[in-house]
Amino acid sequence: MKQYVIKRAIQGVAVVWAVITAVFVLIRLAPGNPVTAIVGPSASAETRQRVRESLGIGQPLHVQYVEWLGKLLRGDLGRSYVLDLPVTRVIAQSLQPTVSIAFSALCLAILIGVPTGIVSAVKRETLFDYVATLIAFLGISMPAFWISILFVVFVSSNVPWVPTFGYVSLSKEGVVEWFRHLVLPSLAVALPNAGVIMRFSRSSMLEVLNEDYIRTAKAKGLSPRLVLFKHGLQNGLIPIVTVVGIITGVLIAGTVAVEVVFGIRGMGQVLIDSIKENDFPVVQGIVVLLSAWFVFVNLFVDLLYTWVNPQVTYGGE
Amino acid sequence: MIDKIRSLIGISDLSRTDRVRILGIRIDLITRISSVVRRDRKAQAGLLVVSLFAISAAIAPEIAPYDPQSQQFGMLQPPGMTGAHPLGTDSYGRDMLSRIMYGARTSLAVGIGAVVFGSVFGITIGLVGGYFGGWIDDVLMRFVDALWALPWLLIAIMLTVIRGPGVWNVIIAIGFANIDDFARIVRGEVLVIREEEYTLAARSIGMGSLPIIFFEVLPNAVGPIIVQFTIRLARAILAESTLSFLGIGVKPSTATWGAMLGQGRDFLVSAPWISLLPGICITITILGVNLFGDALRDAFDVRESTD
Repeated sequence: MKQYVIKRAIQGVAVVWAVITAVFVLIRLAPGNPVTAIVGPSASAETRQRVRESLGIGQPLHVQYVEWLGKLLRGDLGRSYVLDLPVTRVIAQSLQPTVSIAFSALCLAILIGVPTGIVSAVKRETLFDYVATLIAFLGISMPAFWISILFVVFVSSNVPWVPTFGYVSLSKEGVVEWFRHLVLPSLAVALPNAGVIMRFSRSSMLEVLNEDYIRTAKAKGLSPRLVLFKHGLQNGLIPIVTVVGIITGVLIAGTVAVEVVFGIRGMGQVLIDSIKENDFPVVQGIVVLLSAWFVFVNLFVDLLYTWVNPQVTYGGE
Repeated sequence: MIDKIRSLIGISDLSRTDRVRILGIRIDLITRISSVVRRDRKAQAGLLVVSLFAISAAIAPEIAPYDPQSQQFGMLQPPGMTGAHPLGTDSYGRDMLSRIMYGARTSLAVGIGAVVFGSVFGITIGLVGGYFGGWIDDVLMRFVDALWALPWLLIAIMLTVIRGPGVWNVIIAIGFANIDDFARIVRGEVLVIREEEYTLAARSIGMGSLPIIFFEVLPNAVGPIIVQFTIRLARAILAESTLSFLGIGVKPSTATWGAMLGQGRDFLVSAPWISLLPGICITITILGVNLFGDALRDAFDVRESTD
């Protein structure tokens, strides 16, 4: 087990390294020039050279690369060209809204999706199942930004309590204000994912409920509730953990369009802006963070399996 | 059916059996898909919706009442079945119906293009990795992992920055996001098929790796590939709409549902139809593809994909 974790961790680091290297090279292929972006196209050659040196992009590519990797290992992501702030600060500022939306959306999606899916499986082919399945189908067929638009059109005029614009900081404005601004964006991100989780929970539970040991447990005369919770859920949860894990990974990217609709300056907006402005350090910083996050979630989900179902072991022990 | 053919002919004449088997699988697939369409209401509804949009996309230049780009200054009309513009006009006075027809073109073309791109690369990687195993498999799978860790949105943004806006960037970016799934699924199938008797038989009579991969392994993995293709098509259309909504990718003037939705954002109160109509089209199309894919999945008995 320990060996397996170490092996996977090393592989994970390799994947992150490959991704950030690819991005490091790719972003420098862009025709735009950060120097021009800062001093304007009419600046003299001298000024341009000075700026280039102060940004540290005068050296050949491989020197820049090694320098950047060295700093990265010490936790230094460099300085933003455009905002003239440490990249870690820029990311930290944009991180709170994105993480708030993503996290509450994930909780909502699980809270809506898992119970609905399980009940649907237990009450298979009843009205509840049909309606829930239909809604889930609709959910997975609607992009999150489209749900946001629907909210803005139909909810904002009828429910004035929930604002449709902006984000307020949790520490500055308090929980209530923060929550108020979070309701609609989180719901918009959550609903499609709740659909995915519901459908997955349903099919996973259906499969388990058809297993022999469930029939045996029922035949033994155990109460239906005990059979469901003890035998059914324990095994049905494993695939559900996988979906939730994968959704956790992709959720951050999914919030981008929703941030745009609600005018929230989160990580997605910052990423789009900094790519357009050739702000290389910020782009690289965000990519490091995102890819590390994906890899971490992936590993975490695999380990969670063993906790949910002790029968699963890794590394042939 | 395939088994019947196979047992009738035996595997003495391999090249002939191959042809029969591939033909058999093709016939089997067609009969299976058509029986799904005949029996399953979900499949019927899905197919109906998708073909409706596909047909109107294909013949948009012939049937669209107006040029989707022609602007009429100061004419913002709500939908009304009696007027010259049944679905109204947008803030530039462009005919909504025509733009929606042309938007279907972009959405479907980009969606199909992206999934074809992803599946071709993914299937190749999965076949090669799964069949040869060892370090080749390791390297390819780590490459696929790396693809998975690279958000498609990021690829799309960077391609647009590097190459300028264009439909191909969107196809490539979303296509990249599709490689890993196809690679994993095909690889999983190959690992099983590789040990099947007919593969072993082919190898034992000295058939080369490449023919085995293409004539033995690939035809037998077609079911899951088709199911994955429809599921991924729905996602690709969704991804395309997200990108054009964000204004990344296709040229701003191109009529796409996502971009139309984005342009209507400033008129949500005064002229909500500019955003609502393309949004409804996006939902119905994706719903149709999803319904069809779901029916296929039931028929082919493929486990629900995990993301």
